[in-house]
Amino acid sequence: MAAPLLLVVLVAVTVRAALYRSSLAAFISERVEVASPLNAWKRVVEALALLDLGVSPYSGAIFHETPLIIYLFHFLIEYAELVFMITDVLTAVALYLAIQDFNKVVFKKQKFLIELDRYAPDVAELIRTPMEMHYIPLKVALFYLLNPYTVMSCVAKSTCAINNTVIAFFILATIKGSTFLSAVFLALATYQSLYPLTLFAPALLYLLQRQFIPIKLKSKSFWLYTMQYAALYLCSLVVIICLSFFLLNSWDFIPSVYGFILSVPDLTPNIGLFWYFFAEMFEHFSLFFVCVFQINVFFYTIPLAIKLKEHPVFFMFVQIAIISIFKSYPTVGDIALYMAFLPVWSHLYRFLRNMFILSCVLIVCSLLFPVLWHLWIYAGSANSNFYYAITLTFNIGQILLISDYFYAFLRREYYLTHGLHLTRQDGTEAMLVLK
Amino acid sequence: GGMLAVVVLLLLAAAGPGRAERDVLREELLLSPLPDGDVAATFQFRTRWDADLQRGSVSHYRLFPKALGRLVAALGVRELHLALTQGFWRTRVWGQPPLQAPAGAELWVWFQPTVTNVDKAWKELSNILSGIFCASLNFIDSTNTVTPTASFKPLGLANGTDHHLLRYAVLPREVVCTENLTPWKKLLPCGSKAGLAVLLKAERLFHSSYHSQAVHIRPICRDASCLAVSWELRQTLTVVFDTFSSGQGKKDWSLFKMFSRTLTDACPLASQSKVYVDISPKNKEKELLEVTPPPTSVHEATVQGDKRTYAVYDLLSPSLFNTSRSLNVQLKWKRPQDSSDLPTPVLHAQRYVSGYGLQTGEISTLIYNTHPYRAFPVILLETVPWYLRLYVHTLTIITKGKENKPSYIHYQPAQDRKRPHLLEMLIQLPANSVTKITIQFERALLKWTEYTPDPNHGFYVSSSVLSALVPSVIAMKDVDVEHSPLFTSLFPSSDGSSYFVRLYTEPLLVNLPTPDFSMPYNVICLTCTVVAVCYGSFYNLLTRTFHVEEPSRGGLAKRLANIIRKFRGVPPL
Repeated sequence: MAAPLLLVVLVAVTVRAALYRSSLAAFISERVEVASPLNAWKRVVEALALLDLGVSPYSGAIFHETPLIIYLFHFLIEYAELVFMITDVLTAVALYLAIQDFNKVVFKKQKFLIELDRYAPDVAELIRTPMEMHYIPLKVALFYLLNPYTVMSCVAKSTCAINNTVIAFFILATIKGSTFLSAVFLALATYQSLYPLTLFAPALLYLLQRQFIPIKLKSKSFWLYTMQYAALYLCSLVVIICLSFFLLNSWDFIPSVYGFILSVPDLTPNIGLFWYFFAEMFEHFSLFFVCVFQINVFFYTIPLAIKLKEHPVFFMFVQIAIISIFKSYPTVGDIALYMAFLPVWSHLYRFLRNMFILSCVLIVCSLLFPVLWHLWIYAGSANSNFYYAITLTFNIGQILLISDYFYAFLRREYYLTHGLHLTRQDGTEAMLVLK
Repeated sequence: GGMLAVVVLLLLAAAGPGRAERDVLREELLLSPLPDGDVAATFQFRTRWDADLQRGSVSHYRLFPKALGRLVAALGVRELHLALTQGFWRTRVWGQPPLQAPAGAELWVWFQPTVTNVDKAWKELSNILSGIFCASLNFIDSTNTVTPTASFKPLGLANGTDHHLLRYAVLPREVVCTENLTPWKKLLPCGSKAGLAVLLKAERLFHSSYHSQAVHIRPICRDASCLAVSWELRQTLTVVFDTFSSGQGKKDWSLFKMFSRTLTDACPLASQSKVYVDISPKNKEKELLEVTPPPTSVHEATVQGDKRTYAVYDLLSPSLFNTSRSLNVQLKWKRPQDSSDLPTPVLHAQRYVSGYGLQTGEISTLIYNTHPYRAFPVILLETVPWYLRLYVHTLTIITKGKENKPSYIHYQPAQDRKRPHLLEMLIQLPANSVTKITIQFERALLKWTEYTPDPNHGFYVSSSVLSALVPSVIAMKDVDVEHSPLFTSLFPSSDGSSYFVRLYTEPLLVNLPTPDFSMPYNVICLTCTVVAVCYGSFYNLLTRTFHVEEPSRGGLAKRLANIIRKFRGVPPL
């Protein structure tokens, strides 16, 4: 399996290198869909220039990335393109290894449940075989590396790629079962963009499952393990934040990074829902809606944890998708990460209901974003409502995509336990509804 | 009884709490014809008061206006400079200005070291001045105030200059009109009833290319030994009359043509009241300009590196009003002036914004040093509002095709909605060169309530300030403030080989992307709908479970159909 992966990596690196040398690189770097005030490369360069002038990068409102990024690029600024290509490759390789391991776990669990006779007798066509699962890791790596969103994010040198790498390593560490590394990478991901905090729940559920600890509130081993994991996570987070303090000798970065993510003062247009909402908000309700929108990202965790406690990796996928859609400054790089997981659920294809229309919506919206931006900002013949409308449609498309996959997943689980050919009491074919 | 009252009054007057300190008023009008046929008139009214305003023991105000005196004492102001300007001084065409101010309102103040909360004092000061001058100076807040570190050094007495005591703000959108002129005139000791101020009629003053009125308060040495401090208030008004709009196309000027008034007498409270007319010959030829009536005297001075000749009319000299009751100074050109010998000033600058679209842009400043062999440094101060996000890594300074690194650079980045960008640089200008300074910016989208009522007009960026000590060809003598004309003594001269110049560039007008102002409810509803779609889908999937569908009894239509079929006697659905 290494050779096809290597081939995919080579193709991806070639595409990126070609784009770096072309005139499209400058055009893509300027795009608001790819570079947000949080992760634009221009702002990293500006922060390094401010440091050269003796001014703290956090004294103004220009730089909102973490001090570790300054530290990293202080030394690697000349090799920036290489760094971003390597991060993409690392993410793809990490996802490849993680999904390879995950497939083994899925297959083992399936075998176990079949032996326990948990499945209905007529679900043979729903059972997954190693043959069909063989190419999934490669497809995941392919989906990530050759996704136009990822390529654009890499060419624009958006630090979202670094965030994706850290999350990919976190997923790899979790699936491999290493508590310590999982906690460390989760702490790094939270340190960089705050929202991966919600991935604590799926990671914990997966690790508990892997250690064969039952998830019962009364169980002592459950609480012991949870405390252990939480302590590792919090300690690594504290250590990383203290390290950042010593880098620039001030706590300025906390309001500049986390205060900025949470209070959304910069209304630069992007593909998310926050910018126009707060541009048109009545001042009186601004704080209330900021709180509502931020809570919206975090509050799906507990219900999803309760519903999907047997399937923590799917939970992780849904959680990453929710973060990418509802975070305060989303970019297409964030979307690329959860889209890379879609081949893992390719066996749900037969239960998906709206795939055609949703894929059309997503593709058309992605193509319309630059068109309507140009009409608003450069041609002056459209106004901000046009771009906002496409933002709304794109986000609805993403939301329906995730809920479609969720629906298909739950439906397959039902069929597995109740049988594929359902009959009603009078013997006619039955319909399945959610009630 | 009456005799006793008079004696008591005299005694009281002699032994009152501090005799009224000596205050002196000088007024002066300078008429300078400009190279292209326009004429500039600069009025200066200088009140010098030998009192110590800071001690707060002053209670008797005579010539010095009480409103400003109380302000200086109460708020711990050491120097105050307020200018309200309409129009732009075209340095390239008109030459170096005697005193320039940026378009709009400019206020810069040095506070005493005893002031503990400078920001609070600054806010109070701008509000009080707003009331005194009927200008919206109350819009001065932290978003347009900066603390320069190198420019705007004190013009009066200063011991120690901690730049944290300095505040500078410009309101480029401020419009100057009659209601700003009236309170300014009221501060003059004679008002507009006597002396040179009778010429200040609003309908002529605002029909001009450039109108700038300013108030400068500063402490100065009382005498040569400088043991005591006097306070000086200068009120200056500069106006440029246009050949075509005011002059009816002819280049001959007179006081009546400019101001529709003539001078009848001097202000009785003034110790000196003079009119200076610049009759300097160009290119060392005989005079081009003829003035009538014949002047009282002729004065020669070196001003801004140039030897100049002035015809002086002393309004206090008894011989002036012998022949006629009123003085109408007339300037006639002896021969037509070619436009080819327009002298270029040594230092002038230009600023513009380039780029297209509403996302990014670039501010370019061009500074010209036309001195043939001398190079000199210039301090550039730029204040850019926070919603134009400057990227200092894109700052480039190019002179004669090569990069020119500034020897001092102070950059304070903006904080959203709190303070503007401040960029101060010391740039060396080589002789006979053009220096181009460019910096790129990004335009921010503001909240809908933060736009002005006419958002598509654009947002103003205030003028940048260039301060330089320009080398002069002719050695200049040290100026004795009391005995030389006022227009030579505003800026302190450090040595005879250079003179101080402060120039302002054009203000810029920049468009920002705007949201649709009619859509707040719609946007809130639509965005919340999208969030609700997610919430609804997830709620369904999380709380409901799959069930086999039970055969339903049918909807309302089916039941109605069954009732009708029963009546017809047909089997039900």
